[in-house]
Amino acid sequence: MTVSQTSFGSHEPVLEIKDLTVKYRGDTRSTTAVDRVSFSIGTGEIFGLAGESGCGKSTIANAIMRLLRDPAEIAGGSIRFGGKDVLAMGQEELRRFRWQDVAMVFQSAMNSLNPVMTIGHQIVDIYTTHAGYTRKESLRRAAELLELVRIDPARLKSYPHQLSGGMRQRAVIAMAVALKPSLLILDEPTTALDVVVQQEIMAQIKELQRELGFSVLFITHDMSLMVELSHRMAVMYGGRIVETAKARDIHAAPLHPYTQALMGAFPPLTGPRVPLTGLADGVKFSNIADVQEVTPGHFVSPLPVLQGASS
Amino acid sequence: MSRHSDTAALEVKGLVKDFHSGGLFSRASVRALGGVDLAIRKGEIVALVGESGSGKSTLARCIARLEKPTEGQIRLNGTDVLKRDRFQASREYRSQLQMVFQDPFGSLNPVHRIEHFLTRSLTLHGKAGTPAQLRTRLDELMTTVGLTPDMLNSYPHELSGGQRQRVAIARALAVEPEVILADEPTSMLDVSVRIGILNLMRKLRDEQGISMLYITHDLASARYLADRIAVMFAGELVEEGESLDLMANPAHPYTRLLVSAVPDPARTGSYDPRERAALRAAVMESVSCAFDGDPQQRCSATEPVRHRVGDPANEHWVRCHLYRPPATAASHALSAEPLDALPEDKASA
Repeated sequence: MTVSQTSFGSHEPVLEIKDLTVKYRGDTRSTTAVDRVSFSIGTGEIFGLAGESGCGKSTIANAIMRLLRDPAEIAGGSIRFGGKDVLAMGQEELRRFRWQDVAMVFQSAMNSLNPVMTIGHQIVDIYTTHAGYTRKESLRRAAELLELVRIDPARLKSYPHQLSGGMRQRAVIAMAVALKPSLLILDEPTTALDVVVQQEIMAQIKELQRELGFSVLFITHDMSLMVELSHRMAVMYGGRIVETAKARDIHAAPLHPYTQALMGAFPPLTGPRVPLTGLADGVKFSNIADVQEVTPGHFVSPLPVLQGASS
Repeated sequence: MSRHSDTAALEVKGLVKDFHSGGLFSRASVRALGGVDLAIRKGEIVALVGESGSGKSTLARCIARLEKPTEGQIRLNGTDVLKRDRFQASREYRSQLQMVFQDPFGSLNPVHRIEHFLTRSLTLHGKAGTPAQLRTRLDELMTTVGLTPDMLNSYPHELSGGQRQRVAIARALAVEPEVILADEPTSMLDVSVRIGILNLMRKLRDEQGISMLYITHDLASARYLADRIAVMFAGELVEEGESLDLMANPAHPYTRLLVSAVPDPARTGSYDPRERAALRAAVMESVSCAFDGDPQQRCSATEPVRHRVGDPANEHWVRCHLYRPPATAASHALSAEPLDALPEDKASA
C-alpha cells in the first residue's frame, strides 16, 4: 500500500448520496434495485462499493451519472455533487457535469472504444467537444494524456484493435481523466483482465489519483482488490448497504454475516490452509435494517434475518 | 497432503499442439503447447495456472480429446489413449475422464429439465439400470453435489449459477469418472458461492478418490484447493510444486510476477516497484525463455533444465536458466546440464 491510509482527503464531501432509491418498473410489478442507500465521498478519497452481481452497485453508478433509462427510475432520495443537486440538472448542465465533473470507466470499457476511429481521434473529440480546444491544442494534450498512462504517444495513430486489452483499458482511463474530473467512477475496471495487467492498471489509477487528486468511486466484487485500493468501503446486498467502514477495518473484522461470507470467499495467499465456507447456496437476507454506528466510523446493519438452509 | 497414491491416473508426455494460422493456403502455424509433461496421481488435485493465452485451456481440450494434439502422449492408467482411439475419444475414455466447463449457463441445454442431463449421461454409459435403480442414482447424485432431489424437475433457468455448476458436476460424476478436468469452473459464478464449489470438488476427491485437473487463473483458489500447482507460460510448464511451497517460494520470474500481482490485503508491505519492473522485464521482454527467439541469448539457444527447489518432498521444480539455488539449500539440477557454463553477467540478471 503506497497510498497513505491516513489521508482520507478533506471532510468536504464531493459526492453526497442520501436515501437513494431506484426502481425498475415492470408491467405487473416493479423491483427495487437500490433501496434507501446513503453514503458520501470526501475530496481525494477512494471509496469502494462491494457486492455481487445484481446487488445494485452499477445501478448506483448509473444513477450518479444520470444514465438510467426506462424502465429504471429514481424513486426517491438525493444526489448532491459539490453542493449541486444532480437530480435537478437540465440537459445542458448534465453535459458539463459528465466528463468534466464526474467521469466513468465502465465494465469492459476497453470494448467501448470506437473500432473505426484511432485512439487519437477519440481523445481529440473529448477536448474539442467538451473543452472547446482547437484541434492542434487537443492533439498536443492527447499526447500528454497517453504519456500519463505510459502509452507511447505514437499510439495516437493506432486503432483500438492494435492495442492489447490492458493498453486499451489504460487509454480509456486516460480519456476519463482527460478533463480533470473531481470524481472518477470505476465500475469493475479490471474484470476482464489478467492479474498482472490488473495490478498495473490499479497501480496506474493510484498514481493518477495521487497526481491529480480526484476522488474515486470504485465498484468491484473482488474484496481483496478493494481492500488494497480503497480508503473506505461499503458492502451492498440486495440493494441495501449492510456495512460501511474503513477498508482496513472491514478486512480485519467484518461484522455483518454477508460481509464475512464475501471475505471468506477469497482464500488467503499466505498462512495455513483453513477450510472456508463462503455463502451457502440459497441463503438470503431480508428486511435489512439501516446501518448503525458500532465503533467510530464503522457502520453495520443490525441483526439480519436469515432465511433458507445454511449448510 | 499424501492422500493420493503414487501411481499416475493421468499422464501427459511431450504434448505439442500447433494451430494452423493465416489463410487457407498458409503453412504458418502457432505453437500453443510446446512439449508439456504433466502427471496427476490417483486422488490428487493438480492446479494448472497461467494467464489467458498461456495454453492452459488448450491443454485441457487436448486431454479431453476436443482438440487433436500434434505430438505427444496422453496416458490414462498407463494406456496411451491417442494410440488406442486414434480419431476421437471412445466412450470408454469419456467414462473415465469428464470435463466441467467454465460457463454453467451455456453448458446446460435450457429446454431440458435437470433430470434429463443426468439420465442421459447414465443411459449413454450403460449405468442407468432399472427405473428404480436410476431413480436412486439420480437422488444420490443430487445429494452428493449438495442439491435437493426435487430440483431434478427444474429447468436450468430456475437455478442460480452455483446450483447450475453443481448440476454440471453431477453430470460429470454420473459416469463415475476417474479424472475430472475442471476448466475455470468458478470464474463465472458469484464470488460468495465460488468457495462452495471448490469445497465440493475437494469433498469428491476425499470421498471418491477422483483425480482432478483444476485450471484457473486465480492463484489464491489454486492454493486453496490443489495439492500441487503447475505454472504454464507461453505453452510450457515453467514451474511445478506442492501448492503452499510453490506460493511461498516461487522460483521462476513468471511465477513471482503472477504471485506478486495477486491482490492480498494481508501481504506485509507492497512489492517494490523496481523489483516488479525487473521481474516484468525478465518475463515480458524475455531474456529467460525458450520462445524468446533471440539467438544471442543463451536462454533461447538451449532448453532450460529442471532444477529442484528446496525440500525434495515438495517435488518443487523450476525450468529457467536464471534460477540460482540459494547457497545454503541443497538443490540439484534434475538433468545433466552443467550450471557453471553460464557467463557471470547472466547469473546476476
